[in-house]
Amino acid sequence: MTVLVDGETRVVVQGITGHQGTVHTRAMREFGTQVVAGVTPGKAGSAVEGVPVFDTVREAVAKTGANASCLFVPAPFAKDALIEAVDAGIRLSVLVTEHIPFHDMLVMYHYARARGTRIIGPNCPGIAAPGRSKVGIIPNVVFRPGRVGVISRSGTLTYEIVNGIKEHGLGQSTCIGLGGDPVVGTSFVDALPLFERDPETDLMVLVGEIGGTAEEDAAELIRTSFSKPVVAYIAGRSAPPGKRMGHAGAIISRGRGTAASKVAALERAGARVARFPYEVPEIVAELARTQARR
Amino acid sequence: MVKLTEGRGKELFRKYGVAVPKGVVAGSADDAARAVASGAVPLPCVIKAQVLAGGRGKGGAVRFASTPEEARAAAAAILGSSFQGETVREVLLEEKVAIARELYLSFALDRTARLPILMTSARGGVEIESVDDSEIERQTIDPFPGLVAYERRRAARSLGLTGPLVGELDRLLTGLYRLFDDEDAELVEVNPLAVVGDRLLALDAKVIIEDDAAFRHPEFAAVHDDRTPLEEIAREKEIAFVQLEGNIGVIANGAGLTMATLDVLKEFGGAPGIFLDLGGTDDPKKVTEAFLLMAQAKPKAVFLNIFGGVTRCDTVARGLVTALGSVAPSERFPLVARIRGNNEAEGIAILRAAGVTSVPDLKASAQAVVAAARGGP
Repeated sequence: MTVLVDGETRVVVQGITGHQGTVHTRAMREFGTQVVAGVTPGKAGSAVEGVPVFDTVREAVAKTGANASCLFVPAPFAKDALIEAVDAGIRLSVLVTEHIPFHDMLVMYHYARARGTRIIGPNCPGIAAPGRSKVGIIPNVVFRPGRVGVISRSGTLTYEIVNGIKEHGLGQSTCIGLGGDPVVGTSFVDALPLFERDPETDLMVLVGEIGGTAEEDAAELIRTSFSKPVVAYIAGRSAPPGKRMGHAGAIISRGRGTAASKVAALERAGARVARFPYEVPEIVAELARTQARR
Repeated sequence: MVKLTEGRGKELFRKYGVAVPKGVVAGSADDAARAVASGAVPLPCVIKAQVLAGGRGKGGAVRFASTPEEARAAAAAILGSSFQGETVREVLLEEKVAIARELYLSFALDRTARLPILMTSARGGVEIESVDDSEIERQTIDPFPGLVAYERRRAARSLGLTGPLVGELDRLLTGLYRLFDDEDAELVEVNPLAVVGDRLLALDAKVIIEDDAAFRHPEFAAVHDDRTPLEEIAREKEIAFVQLEGNIGVIANGAGLTMATLDVLKEFGGAPGIFLDLGGTDDPKKVTEAFLLMAQAKPKAVFLNIFGGVTRCDTVARGLVTALGSVAPSERFPLVARIRGNNEAEGIAILRAAGVTSVPDLKASAQAVVAAARGGP
């Protein structure tokens, strides 16, 4: 395994009979993912895109050896679906579902963590390792196998940047869309060590956003224990400060969380910070040329 | 997020057994006078505008009265006035209490720890941002056992409480944590929490309910918030829409791409002010609705920046063309489109047939829309 997914990843799609579940089951299979099962309670015995559907994750795991799940079930039922996956022994669960209440996510995160299941998301596009496997919804067309690792809190902005890397003639080792919700299963600091250990990754792209302090935390980790070059972009540099959370939110982060604080922290940690999304692939290409010369 | 007014917040406090001063919410000066005359609100009393903005005390939105006539006059002066852009529709009349000490406490989310956090400070009654970190006690709370007794005792110690007040705080924290959890709050803040004799009273209430939990809380759907009328319509249609200063409308998909688009427009001297995040959709009708909503906000120019994933480019193009057909010629505005990703070629062809050119380069398209907003070519 490289970073979380590879050819051994066997995916069960939770909520496979819904529209999104069906569409993305097809796209994942086209990418080369082993989608081995689907789960929709009450729909056992049917098939979607040739994938057998089960009533429970436990049966799906027993019959197909699924070890990862991709979750499309609506937000009100997501907590239940994730706990079911954890209890069935699923090791990696990608939550595509958006609008999951964070109070539910708190419970889901700690439940999964205590039992050794990694969550990616929620409200995320998922993970893809070109040429190996994809769990989630990132469009297949933006990828090309290569040696650039990508981690991002955004969805479409990730596609844009990953696509730009491809257009510059480079490719990606693994790309993870972490999701932009206040509580995520995998944050930058959780993901970076995986790429540090990954022999397939030479260079890291980090796409952040204003809000929270995940980028500042990432900068600290990069400074102390990440050896590969990092190119970063922070979206929302010019976003107006209005529409903010209450005072308590401000004192938890104490002046961190702004674009300026994130950019400064990342630059101090030695990352190259792009001002605009289209600069990211340009800097990546420049660094890749430098590495190639060494 | 749904921000509750103080009066609404205190209704919730009562529901969870948290003591608040005796009080009544009134929508007219007559009701205010009656609340006092009937004895429902003991005199002397305080009259507070029910608005969401802070700084009411300094801003003249909090007054005092010793007689029903004074209460009527104070309510009449505040009701209907504007406080930081909000019209005051209601006032809260409350008994004035003899405050011995003012404390601070709140429950919020610690995103890094992925846990609820309880913050307490003996320095209440002032803006908590101005209080030094060393004077704020922070305790993260594991949702599985929930808030436990020793954490409540630790909070009491941090607030310097002794005697019967320790038990008061214990009950109050238990109630407020249950509120935070059961009502899906993002924030429950009490500032000040007053020591009155051997009791604790929540003199203010700031409660923010999380939008994503609305399916569990239909009772908050009707709550008035500080959204503009168009933002309210957008919310009903589940479109993320924000109106701020600026004359360029931006329609993008995904928060990150929307923000990045804004960054690029500003760099080239544009003033983006109306943001519409389509999110992930494959319904052309939703695109049409979103575009018509944008048209109602009367932008000088609109930049459509889509990277197709779940949302296919041809879907966006179809929805857009339908919308363009129903915008009156006098209401039209320059439109610059950039659509990339899934089904890009089909989308571009549909737009071209309707006379809209898609500019693939982000820099070039941003420059074009900035020029258009200035009335240039």
